[in-house]
Amino acid sequence: MEEDTIICRCEDLTLADIRKTIKSGHQNPQVIKRLTRCGMGPCQGSTCRELLLKEVASAAGKSVGELEMTTYRPPTKPIKIKSMLGADKDDS
Amino acid sequence: MTAKADAVIIGGGVHGCSIAYHLAKKGWKNVILLEKGTLACGATGRSVAGIRHQFGTEINIRLAKESVKRMERLEEELDYPESIELMQNGYLMLSYSAEELELFRCNRDLQKSLDPDNQTEILTPEQAADLVPGLNLEGLYGASFNRQDGHASPFHVTQAYADAAKRLGVDIRTGVEVTDIKKDGSHVTGVVTGKGEEISAPVVIAAAGAYTKPLGEMLGLEIPVIPERHQVAVTEPLEMFLGIMVISFAHGAYFKQTPHGSLLLGVGDPEREVKDFNERSSWQFLYDVFEKTTFHLPALREANVIRQWAGLYDMTPDSQGILGKTEVEGFYINTGWSGHGFQLAPAVGQVMAEIVSGEKPFIDVSCMHLERFERGELIPEPACV
Repeated sequence: MEEDTIICRCEDLTLADIRKTIKSGHQNPQVIKRLTRCGMGPCQGSTCRELLLKEVASAAGKSVGELEMTTYRPPTKPIKIKSMLGADKDDS
Repeated sequence: MTAKADAVIIGGGVHGCSIAYHLAKKGWKNVILLEKGTLACGATGRSVAGIRHQFGTEINIRLAKESVKRMERLEEELDYPESIELMQNGYLMLSYSAEELELFRCNRDLQKSLDPDNQTEILTPEQAADLVPGLNLEGLYGASFNRQDGHASPFHVTQAYADAAKRLGVDIRTGVEVTDIKKDGSHVTGVVTGKGEEISAPVVIAAAGAYTKPLGEMLGLEIPVIPERHQVAVTEPLEMFLGIMVISFAHGAYFKQTPHGSLLLGVGDPEREVKDFNERSSWQFLYDVFEKTTFHLPALREANVIRQWAGLYDMTPDSQGILGKTEVEGFYINTGWSGHGFQLAPAVGQVMAEIVSGEKPFIDVSCMHLERFERGELIPEPACV
C-alpha cells in the first residue's frame, strides 16, 4: 500500500518514498522537502504539506504543531512569464 | 555545562560539511559541527550550484580542477546512496563585448597553461546557439565553453559530505547557533551556543558564509565579507532541452535546467541591492529575471514560474574567498566565496583540514589569507557575477 499511496502529486512521491527518507534519519519537513522535492511542484504543497507533516510527526512522536513548517514560496500560483513582461514596475 | 571538542566547525553548508569530512578522514576524533538552521539552509542550498573549470585566477583554476574531479565520483567516494544530480554536459559563458571575449580568451589561456587537459574553448555565437536551442544571438560576440563543466544538487552534495562525516564520528548538530566565541590571550578556547552550552576547543573553524563576519567580530577580527542578495525563479518542469549551464556576466543572469526538468533562473542586482541579511524574495525581482532570461531565451515567455527564493552571496572586495588562519591562534576561516563557492568545496575542505592539521596544503592557498586586504594584495577574480 505504501508503494501506491501518492503523497505529493506534482512530484510523484509515494508514502514509501517519504518513509524511506524519514527512516534514513530526517525528521525535519524542510529537509525532507529539499531532499525529495515534496511540495516543490506547481501546487506548492497544498495537499502534500499536511500529509508530510503528519507522517513526520508520527515518526518523531511529536505533534504537527511542534514541527518546523516548510516555507510557503511566492508566487502562490504559477505565473506565465509573458504576463509580467513589458509591465511598468512602478505602476502597481 | 561544558563539553570538550578537538575542533568546532561553525556552519553546516557545503564547506563546513566538507571540512568536517576531511578532518575526520585525517583521523580527528572529537569534531563538532554546529549549524544554526538545517544543513545547506543558507547560501549553499540557495545557490544554482554551477560547477566549472572556467576561472580567471590561478588559485581558482587549481581548486576548480580538483573539485570537478571529485564531484564526478563523489557518490562513490562518500558512499552516498542517492544521486547528487550531477549534470556534466558543459557550462557556457556568453560574451556581449569584444573586451569581454578577449578576457575569456585570456582566462582560457591561463587555464590551459595550468592544466594541459583543460577543455575550455572559445565559441562563435552560432556555435553557442547549437548548444542552447532558441538562444537569441542579438549582441552576442561569442562565448567561452567547457564541456566538462556542469551543475549538481547543492542539498545532496552537502548531505553526502555530512553523512560521510557522521559515519567517521563527527557530531553534527543542527538548530544550534553560536552566540559567542571565547579566547584566552591570543588563542581561541571555544564557543558558546544559543542553548547556553559551552564547548571548549583549541580549534574553531568558521565557515558560515556572510555570517562569518559577525563571528569574527566576537573575537575582535574584521573580516571584510558583506551579504549580497541574489534571487532565483523556478519554472514548472519542461521537457529536457538544455543540458548545460549558461551565464551572462553582462546581464548578471544565469540559468540551468535540472534533471527534474525545471529551469532555475538566477539574477543578482549588485547596484541597487541593500547589503544586509535579507533572505526573502521580492516580486520586483520577477520583472528583472523575466526580462533578462526572455532576452536570452525568447521561447521562455510561454513557461510558468512556480516558485522563487533568495540567498546571500558572501562578497569580498576582490570577489575571492578568504581561507586559513587568523591572528587569533586556533581560529580559522573559510568564507567570502562571492557566489562561486559551492563548486570549490570538495578541494577546499581538504585544504582546510590540512591547514588545521598543521600540514602543507595540497594546493597552495596562501594568497587567500585574510591579511591580503590590509597589505593590498588583492587577487580579483574576473570570471564571476
